[in-house]
Amino acid sequence: MFDLLTFIPRAVMQSIPLLFGSTGETLTEKSGNLNLGIPGIMYVGGIGGVIGAFLYEQSAAGQMHALPAILFPMLGCLLGSALMGLLYCFLTVTLRANQNVTGLAMTTFGVGFGNFFGGSLIKLTGADVPSISLTATSSFFRTTLPFAKTTGAIGQLFFSYGFLAYLAIALALLASYVLGHTRVGLHLRAVGENPATADAAGISIAKYKYAATVIGSMIAGLGGLYYVMDYANGVWSNNGFGDRGWLAIALVIFTIWRPNVGILSSILFGGLYILYLFLPSANLAMKELYKMLPYVVTIIVLVMTSMRNKREDQPPESLGLSYFREER
Amino acid sequence: MEIEKNISHPDEGKTPAVKMRNITKAFGTVLANDRVWLDIYRGEILALLGENGSGKTTLMNMLSGIYFPDEGEISIDGKPVVISSPKDAFAHGIGMIHQHFKLVDVLTAAENIVLGLSGRLNLNEARKKIREICDTYGFDVDPDQKIYNMSVSQKQTVEIVKVLYRGADILILDEPTAVLAPQETEQLFAVLRNMRDAGKAVVIITHKMHEVEALSDRVAILNKGRFVGDMLTKNTNAQEMTNMMVGHAVSLNIRRPEPVNPKNRVVVEGLTVKSPDGILKLDDVSFTARSGEILGIAGISGCGQKELLEAIAGLQKTEKGTIGYIEDDGSREELLGKDPLEIASMGVTLSFVPEDRLGMGLVANMDLTDNMMLRSFRKGRSIFTDRKSPRKLAQHVVEELEVVTPSVSTPVRRLSGGNVQKVLVGREIASAPTVLLTAYAVRGLDINSSYAIYDLVTQQKQKGVAVVFVGEDLDVLLELCDRILVLCGGKVSGLVEHPTPQDKNRIGLMMTKVGG
Repeated sequence: MFDLLTFIPRAVMQSIPLLFGSTGETLTEKSGNLNLGIPGIMYVGGIGGVIGAFLYEQSAAGQMHALPAILFPMLGCLLGSALMGLLYCFLTVTLRANQNVTGLAMTTFGVGFGNFFGGSLIKLTGADVPSISLTATSSFFRTTLPFAKTTGAIGQLFFSYGFLAYLAIALALLASYVLGHTRVGLHLRAVGENPATADAAGISIAKYKYAATVIGSMIAGLGGLYYVMDYANGVWSNNGFGDRGWLAIALVIFTIWRPNVGILSSILFGGLYILYLFLPSANLAMKELYKMLPYVVTIIVLVMTSMRNKREDQPPESLGLSYFREER
Repeated sequence: MEIEKNISHPDEGKTPAVKMRNITKAFGTVLANDRVWLDIYRGEILALLGENGSGKTTLMNMLSGIYFPDEGEISIDGKPVVISSPKDAFAHGIGMIHQHFKLVDVLTAAENIVLGLSGRLNLNEARKKIREICDTYGFDVDPDQKIYNMSVSQKQTVEIVKVLYRGADILILDEPTAVLAPQETEQLFAVLRNMRDAGKAVVIITHKMHEVEALSDRVAILNKGRFVGDMLTKNTNAQEMTNMMVGHAVSLNIRRPEPVNPKNRVVVEGLTVKSPDGILKLDDVSFTARSGEILGIAGISGCGQKELLEAIAGLQKTEKGTIGYIEDDGSREELLGKDPLEIASMGVTLSFVPEDRLGMGLVANMDLTDNMMLRSFRKGRSIFTDRKSPRKLAQHVVEELEVVTPSVSTPVRRLSGGNVQKVLVGREIASAPTVLLTAYAVRGLDINSSYAIYDLVTQQKQKGVAVVFVGEDLDVLLELCDRILVLCGGKVSGLVEHPTPQDKNRIGLMMTKVGG
């Protein structure tokens, strides 16, 4: 029998990295930057967190406190992903390099960076398995609300997650509000739609592109952190993050650039991603086919939105293009 | 100094709102503005004249903060200022309405109008203020309408409200009437006069002489990036202004030789076309285009002109009707059902200048030579393309039509709008067609280039080409065409043989109502 009560929490846990990634990427794309480096950035976010946690665990030597145990990985994660975002902006906004090429290069770089430092740390610990285990730090990230255990099904469905999960939802709602209801959001949308117009209206294109991309990268980086520290119980293994970064980019299209829609959509994606575990007929060989499902629904959404051709559902008009004022 | 002599001094006591001195701006090796002087006064409408590429838009862009001058001083109300961004320009009360509207399509009018302002976003208050502005000057804007749902003239109104919302009292309009219907132009002029009377300084860039004469108080003229002079409009006339613009005397007459031995070339019968969303674009249109004759097509824009030409060129799906191509020996071939390549090889060429100019016909990122090759790359025997003759053709077009470009290897997107058009029309004519379909061939072109194009078209007619000329300026159609077909809402509203200027009213009525 299909066990919804186990399925839904697992789908949610699967969805959180995707939600972080897609919220970050949506913000970035709204500024007209098509950052295909997101998978790499999430990777760097993850390894940044691991490095932070590793350093703290080494120095604290068993005497760990909750606040620094969370702050250090957080800091490592945000710093790493922000630097990646900055690098992307420097290349595409300041030097006006091609966004697709830059993004793909950053993904390759990010994954390599993660695996390199992951490998180094594994060597440092001298472990006999190819992974680092940071269970002590992870336990702080996985701390749930106190009444999660006592409220039965409700608790299991709604309260059984670490704080990053709630942060992901809060950030998605906040991003939606900022985009839709504030002047900053209006300006950001204008920059992504029509930078020449925004420029003529006195909006600094570079400032908005940098800010949106770096903040977006940091949010996406948190997805990597959540994956290592919460979902994977603090165990880093090289290439463990898989294709979740690409899934996050697909989710941006699926949500037609609306972060609040991302909350439920990411759970749908997460659910589809692990569906094979819950279907009795599915064996391991079928696994990869089931993992395709999120991409299939993304393609369906793409076809549907382009058929309906509603202007509000289209990607930002200048997505993927760099802007130069004196270009004629 | 020589330039100084040319600056007029209307009243000794009146200080210019804007004083530009020795403004120089270069793009690469092309000097767009060379030590330009300009005075703009409040309570006056100044017409800025010049040929395509003479640097009018560049000059105004420096005033509105889009470009920054390489050299020169700008002062506003006597105080020297530095305008390094559009924000600075707003702060000095300068607002510019660009030729290509600076509006974000997916946003509403109100959102576009408050774009770039600071403070808390309060759209309700913005709506109120927009309504106030509309009431003062007589605009009609729905603050909640999305831009992509608006007509061209509505978009322009939003642009004007946008600069007024920011409290601009120096308004610059870059070719505002290029895309407007005659009635809309009148409305715009009324609004501009209102603004002048309210003490605002208005600058309008235009190519249309009768607009300059009807609207402006003063004209300033640029020629090849240099300031030629300025004077009161009432003290000059179209001929003198044109001569100053071009730098030598030009004749403002269009010749119309009698058609020699016209024969039916393209016979359209009962043509009906629907747009993809089911709207009737052409309804039972029948006419004949004859060789050695220019058939003008008049009508308010969007009345099926585009669909008609595209149907003949094989680019448009049709519902009903036939299009016959008559050979010299009288045999008839059906054009419908043939693909565009076959039709083109029969000698039917289409040069369509769309609103964004580069949309059809030319590839913006390719240079002049490569764009010429778009017509000829299939020719030749080997698998390699022939680059020599397109290059020669490009050079020929550049010389013949006086295209301003650093070289024939410059990407087309770097040319100014008018020059782009010359390249397109020049290429189409060079392919020695038997039927020349052209739409808006002179849209946005300066007077000198326009006349060059009219002349080219007339030459084609004398060679026995059947020319179909879709135009916007009725005065020109009346002088140029041997017959004028009037379209109204996709229907043929009338056909005028041997038009004369007296027919203007009659055709104007036909444009708005079937049968006049």
